Amino acid sequence: MTITRGTFAFVADLVRRRSAIVLEPGKEYLVESRLLPLARAAGLDGVEAFVAHVRRTTDDRVLEAVVEALTTNETSWFRDVAPFEALRDHVVPGWRATGRDGARLRVWSAACSTGQEPYSVVMALADAVPGLDVLATDLSEQVLERARQGVYTQLEVNRGLPAPMLVRHMARVGSGWRVGDEVRRAVTFRRHNLLDAPPAGPFDVVLLRNVLIYFDADARRAVLERVRRALRPGGWLVLGAAETTVGLHDGFEPVVLGRAPLYRVAAPVRPVPSAPVAPHRARAVPVSVVPTPAPGAGLR
Amino acid sequence: MRALVIDDSRTMRRIVARSLQGLGFETLEAEHGQHALDLLAEGPVPDLACVDWNMPVMDGLTFVGRARAEPALRGMTLMMVTTESEQSQIVRALAAGAHEYLIKPFTTDAVRDKLELLGLLPAEEHA
Repeated sequence: MTITRGTFAFVADLVRRRSAIVLEPGKEYLVESRLLPLARAAGLDGVEAFVAHVRRTTDDRVLEAVVEALTTNETSWFRDVAPFEALRDHVVPGWRATGRDGARLRVWSAACSTGQEPYSVVMALADAVPGLDVLATDLSEQVLERARQGVYTQLEVNRGLPAPMLVRHMARVGSGWRVGDEVRRAVTFRRHNLLDAPPAGPFDVVLLRNVLIYFDADARRAVLERVRRALRPGGWLVLGAAETTVGLHDGFEPVVLGRAPLYRVAAPVRPVPSAPVAPHRARAVPVSVVPTPAPGAGLR
Repeated sequence: MRALVIDDSRTMRRIVARSLQGLGFETLEAEHGQHALDLLAEGPVPDLACVDWNMPVMDGLTFVGRARAEPALRGMTLMMVTTESEQSQIVRALAAGAHEYLIKPFTTDAVRDKLELLGLLPAEEHA
């Protein structure tokens, strides 16, 4: 059974208007598989009947639930590894070298899903910075609630969490694992739509990984502009491995740190007189200067 | 890349080996720790050993300790692959010299994630 073209178009339009996420034709199976549980929960026997109900409803919560169901993604812990190594081995030492000792590193994990990314940031950087505040946001209240609980199944924990970090930062609860209080305390979860005004910054680092790929070009530009405004000058943006700012937004400068391409907020063309300017950040770091750690040295 | 799969269950060996083969590894198999040591003494040292915990003759924890004490095997990465899931057991395995620990049941994606962490696979492009 597949959904009709009209049903798909209605759902795709709803999701696009509310989240800017584009569901291309061919994603019918996604709509069907994600909405079927909602249909069952509503006591309806199929996605078509459920969408007919959604078309008539004036209940905003139903519409939100549809958007949530279609914008939640699978996530693993140290997804891609390299960006976390880059933060620990390059971004944090650079940040400390600018005389910020005693300050707290401010990180925004945008589209944090069920929390693995912000918790991974804390685990990776716990020993590297004196203080760390991570703001973790997502469009979906449902995934944020899970993230706040910080409890994961064995299968979820198997996805990319290094064993030394598991035994150090998590504890067994029943058949799952719970993130330790020290890590949880460093993370604040809040609902946020990437198309709204950014949360109050400035942030030293923003992680926005595997999110832009779901947006069209205009929405990508708009989101990148909001992120740039949220970052301090010289701050760093981390994108997914298949994403880039190049050709979309001139306010970022790609810099390869170790094995990861990161994006630094470019210095303003004309220096703003009142803005403090750190001497070292005026130039891009050449690709070849930043060494790659030995394989396996990783996040032990 | 070559991997040695050490497990007393033939079915489990096949599942682990198939995951690894899907990720581009050549695999060989051993039924217990002593069998693995015998194979390693004969042939070239693989890049990775996936080690079950509970096996007859020589269990996985003993194997890990023996392998880590053997200079010729220093280049081999050791990953426990086991149903043993208590925190204290993971701590013991790491203390004995295991580099990683994967709890059964697992998916091929989880194997890939672990091998990326260990530097045995390039990070996946998430397109």
